[in-house]
Amino acid sequence: MIAQRANYTRVFFTAASFALSVACGKTDSKSDPSAAMARDTSQPSTVAGGGAGSIILATTTSTEDSGLLDSLLPRFRAESGIDVKVIAVGTGAALDMARRGNADAVLVHAPASEREYVRSGDLTEGRLIMHNDFLLVGPVSDPAKVKGRSNLDEAMKAIAKAGPFVSRGDGSGTEKMELALWKAAGIDPVSVAKREATGQGMGATLNIADQHRAYTLTDRATYLALKPRLSLVPVFEGHPKLLNVYHAYVVNPAKHPAVKEKLAQSFVAFLASPETQRAIGEFGRSRFGQPLFIPDAGQDSSKLGL
Amino acid sequence: MNDFSSGFREAARLLAGGDAELYGIIGRTLLISSVATLCSIVIGVPLGYAVARGRFPGRTFLLGAVNTGMGMPPVVVGLVVWLLLARSGPLGQFELIYTKHAMVLAQFIISLPLVVGFTAASIQALPAQLPDLLAMLGAGRLRVLWLISREAHLGLLAAVMAGFGAIVSEVGASMTVGGNLQGSTRVLTTAIVTTTSRGEVPLALALGFILLALSFAVNILLTTLQQRRDG
Repeated sequence: MIAQRANYTRVFFTAASFALSVACGKTDSKSDPSAAMARDTSQPSTVAGGGAGSIILATTTSTEDSGLLDSLLPRFRAESGIDVKVIAVGTGAALDMARRGNADAVLVHAPASEREYVRSGDLTEGRLIMHNDFLLVGPVSDPAKVKGRSNLDEAMKAIAKAGPFVSRGDGSGTEKMELALWKAAGIDPVSVAKREATGQGMGATLNIADQHRAYTLTDRATYLALKPRLSLVPVFEGHPKLLNVYHAYVVNPAKHPAVKEKLAQSFVAFLASPETQRAIGEFGRSRFGQPLFIPDAGQDSSKLGL
Repeated sequence: MNDFSSGFREAARLLAGGDAELYGIIGRTLLISSVATLCSIVIGVPLGYAVARGRFPGRTFLLGAVNTGMGMPPVVVGLVVWLLLARSGPLGQFELIYTKHAMVLAQFIISLPLVVGFTAASIQALPAQLPDLLAMLGAGRLRVLWLISREAHLGLLAAVMAGFGAIVSEVGASMTVGGNLQGSTRVLTTAIVTTTSRGEVPLALALGFILLALSFAVNILLTTLQQRRDG
């Protein structure tokens, strides 16, 4: 019996080594698809002089969900040969990626938080890129009677009392703005009637608010992109406190040596270049009848109340 | 209901129109999940044999671990692989994060326990004396392996289908380690997430139909193989 078992074990190990050698053979003959992969991850043949490398851009969901980056990046890739890996997360997560050195550049919209990261030396070479604005949207029936109010704090108080309100709850720039608005109105967010946190991006959060007939705070770009499918309507907008300002930064190579400084710098310069600024100002105009972002590069940020 | 019919129409229109991005996404989805499944087979089938037939300390523990792994949440696998491959992680210097290679690795880890578990089950279903019997009848070692695999082919192909099915439809890990990059790591499932959050529901639905059709096509192929000799 023992002899038989030993025999079987030998059979097994021969089999295993056979399978593994087949595997190695397979990996060799597989060099074709993996080579195709490597080609694919760089860039299409439009790039002059081959790929110049790639950078990781940590950014907010609004720049991705609105389709802005998809419209800008092909030109950058064609001009520079640099492939930009866009990781669309909330501003909180994007800044955290910078703090760990997991990104080369960031494009974010939470100026107060950004200043902390500049102070800590994680972000450098900040450039004002663009702005749009936040707006409060809610069900047509407007149970909190927000419409027609001109005082932002009063509007927030009315929503807090009536609810429901859907929050991003994902540490994003939009959530930071929401929390600042509650604070300014003297409201503890926990006390807001039927406040729910989705932990998801702006698009998903708008869909949830829509289904729950709830109020939510949204950036204009994502709202306009989703508007055809939403029954939510703007209930409060146009207040100077609701400006949504985007800055781009290079992650500081002095603190994070793996950062591809030159490539990240050229990307930030690309965003601030006149041609890109023009494209930002045009983006969405034909589809939505109004631009989704207002280009600001070179402007004084104090004009935006910063 | 209108959404569903427009989803169908959109799927047909995109496929017929030869939309380059769509075909890129389909090809990428198939490539990544196939390579990951292949790796799982190459490693997982011998491992399944070992767990099924081996007599070694900790075998029951290992089998329990494999069975747990069959229900492992992909998003946890994604998180672990992300932590390993991110620049701040131990393997960060290889710059594998947000590449197809990272996705293959995560999908391999997700499908491996399925392949091992199904293989072990199908091998254990065969009579224990079969290898010795075949050897006694004069079959060489490779021939023994071949004959056993043939006997177990129903279960082995089920292992392949389970492994492939799990990862081609997976979104959490692919999103975390691949980053859903347009033209490089965007696959059908992550594209569905993106199009949904952009409010492009007919397109999202169209991608869903295409994913289902793709999965169905692969499984029909494997099922045909599986059932061929049993007619």
